Amino acid sequence: MPRKPIEITEKIEYLSILDENANVDTKLEPKLDNDTLKKMYRFMLLGRRTDERMLKMQRTGRLGTFPQASGHEAVSIGSVSAIEKTDWHIPAYRELAGMLYRGWSLEKIILYWNGYEEGAVPPKGVNDLPYCVPVASQLLHAAGVGMAMNIKGDKKVALTYFGDGSSSEGDFHEALNFASVFKAPVIFVCQNNQYAISVPLSKQMNCKTLAQRAVAYGMPGIKVDGNDVLAMYVATKEAVDRAKAGGGPTLIEGLTYRFTPHTTADDPKRYRSEDESKEWFGREPLTRFAKYLQNKGVMTAKDLEEMEAEVDAEIRAGIERSETLSKSEELMNPLAMFDYLYGEETEHLKAQKEELKQYLEHKKKGKKQQNHTAHAGSAK
Amino acid sequence: MAGTKEMNMAKAINLALHEALERDENVVVMGEDVGYDEGVFRITEGLVQKYGEKRVIDTPLAEAGIMGTAIGMSIYGLRPVCEIQFSDFANYAFNQMESHAARFRNRTRGAVKTPLVMRMPSGGGIRALEHHSESREATWAHVPGLKVVMPSGPRSARALLHSAIQDDDAVVFYEPKSLYRLFKEEVPDEIETFPIGKAQVVKEGKDLTVVSFGASFRVALDAVETLEEDQDVSIELIDLLSISPMDHATICKSVEKTGRLVVVHEGPRNLGIAAEIIARVNENAFLSLEAPIKRVTGYDVPMPYFSKEQFFLPDADKVALACMETIKF
Repeated sequence: MPRKPIEITEKIEYLSILDENANVDTKLEPKLDNDTLKKMYRFMLLGRRTDERMLKMQRTGRLGTFPQASGHEAVSIGSVSAIEKTDWHIPAYRELAGMLYRGWSLEKIILYWNGYEEGAVPPKGVNDLPYCVPVASQLLHAAGVGMAMNIKGDKKVALTYFGDGSSSEGDFHEALNFASVFKAPVIFVCQNNQYAISVPLSKQMNCKTLAQRAVAYGMPGIKVDGNDVLAMYVATKEAVDRAKAGGGPTLIEGLTYRFTPHTTADDPKRYRSEDESKEWFGREPLTRFAKYLQNKGVMTAKDLEEMEAEVDAEIRAGIERSETLSKSEELMNPLAMFDYLYGEETEHLKAQKEELKQYLEHKKKGKKQQNHTAHAGSAK
Repeated sequence: MAGTKEMNMAKAINLALHEALERDENVVVMGEDVGYDEGVFRITEGLVQKYGEKRVIDTPLAEAGIMGTAIGMSIYGLRPVCEIQFSDFANYAFNQMESHAARFRNRTRGAVKTPLVMRMPSGGGIRALEHHSESREATWAHVPGLKVVMPSGPRSARALLHSAIQDDDAVVFYEPKSLYRLFKEEVPDEIETFPIGKAQVVKEGKDLTVVSFGASFRVALDAVETLEEDQDVSIELIDLLSISPMDHATICKSVEKTGRLVVVHEGPRNLGIAAEIIARVNENAFLSLEAPIKRVTGYDVPMPYFSKEQFFLPDADKVALACMETIKF
């Protein structure tokens, strides 16, 4: 028998509902009420403006290095708005908008990127895990959460995210495989922004789409315009309904673009052409959604302006709260580093905590003495 | 008084798994071949038949996948007890354990915990093929946030495994595989637990303290029994049981009494468990020492293939020699 290469016969669909010029495919348009649509836009805007403000803070030394999320709002909000509070939201690190939507406070987000563990404490009332830095590792947690849902007989889903670069990690493949073998209700959403820091997707894999990798794991895969929040919603909703009906996991590839560097420590001009960037900036997700809301009569230009002012005020208040908290005695207590590692206090950590405490007291005394000497000197 | 039953370590671990699955519906057992094959060492015998495929899970062959999904399951509220077929393959899962199992509680200020157990057979002495005989407990014990324990026989295996399963943190549970069927011991009918972080003074003595754990503990015990029979010496023997957190207090207290210490383990010497024990004794009991501390350990090479593994492993003669040199110093 002649040898033939395997041909992938499954068609990978590309879903687009609201295009970059705000034209709507009315046949596919989801029936969402006005409040939901407004809420979706509001959190996309809140995510975008927060990201922009955080960049300014970082540039002026008020925030640590962070991975910016501008451009990723539609992937995040389109998918997160398709799950319930009781479902699980397991982000990577560009789901700022979605985390805010789930109830993460602005001060928590800012505290996190400012080096406070308190920013990683999930909010009450939702099932969220915090940001995950080691790429793709969170996908296995989502697969495990989904497996646990099946074991417990709970009709819920786990929604998780990863980047195009992460799809090269072993954990990505193991997570898809485990979820599929155990028919775990997990939605794997790829924020395909086409670059892993500087490496383009063409050097990351030799496949036409990321979504087609679903075929190899025996699950549905779909490619979606990741700047189209309606398409992301529709694709995710379908996957959620299927998962809750026992149909197992889905892989969704949201094609988008980073409108910013990878993190504040990176310069994308070294690896992305300005022409390319300009072209993609034109496909930005907020502008078209705002137009859609206006065309539909959900919001007027004035409403949009008011919302922007509201959002900005909310961010200012959030930053203020975060900066007050970050100076508080509780959050600045270095001895707390020993308090949460194990369920109970261990002898060795108790001793190390005491060691640091004594050192800090010793330093404080030394300073006092120094001040005293300086004062005595000037009095002379 | 409640009775006891005589059994080997394989049976004792199997018993603990049965008991844990019976007691707590959140306990699940997962790993490669743990279902109908009942584990390559038959440690999971009878589990899938009794508790079903939902709670005794044959997983795909992927260690990061096993531990990563176990982390997700533990966050959801289950207590996964995972079997890594041989500890040598746990390296695949290192990132999941180091980056997540060891940290979730800390990074969320106590809000998210990962109560799970990573069981794995380790060590040499069974003439296994390449990549099946290493002892890397020091690697795992170096990770802040993980707990690492190693029993030295049936009773401690069953008691420590119950402690590990009931613990709210991630526990690496080493099973010295040469001991699985080496000997039998009385195991109480009632479930008992040994506190993680506590060593046991197995035998009191005056002239020397010997600390060991796992399969090496049996070797050390052999040496101590022979020495006490043949020579006029009295040796205190400590079974470490918990490698991390480590019970330095018990060791230092013993050294304050005997003034001499020998540490025995199978893992490599460089930056090994003995090195940590010696540092702690140096910090806390230095002035009690009458002789330099000796270590009898594996050498700093990969475990030789089994034709020569016996030269790598601590044996009773090596231990006896080190003990007498320390006593006579």
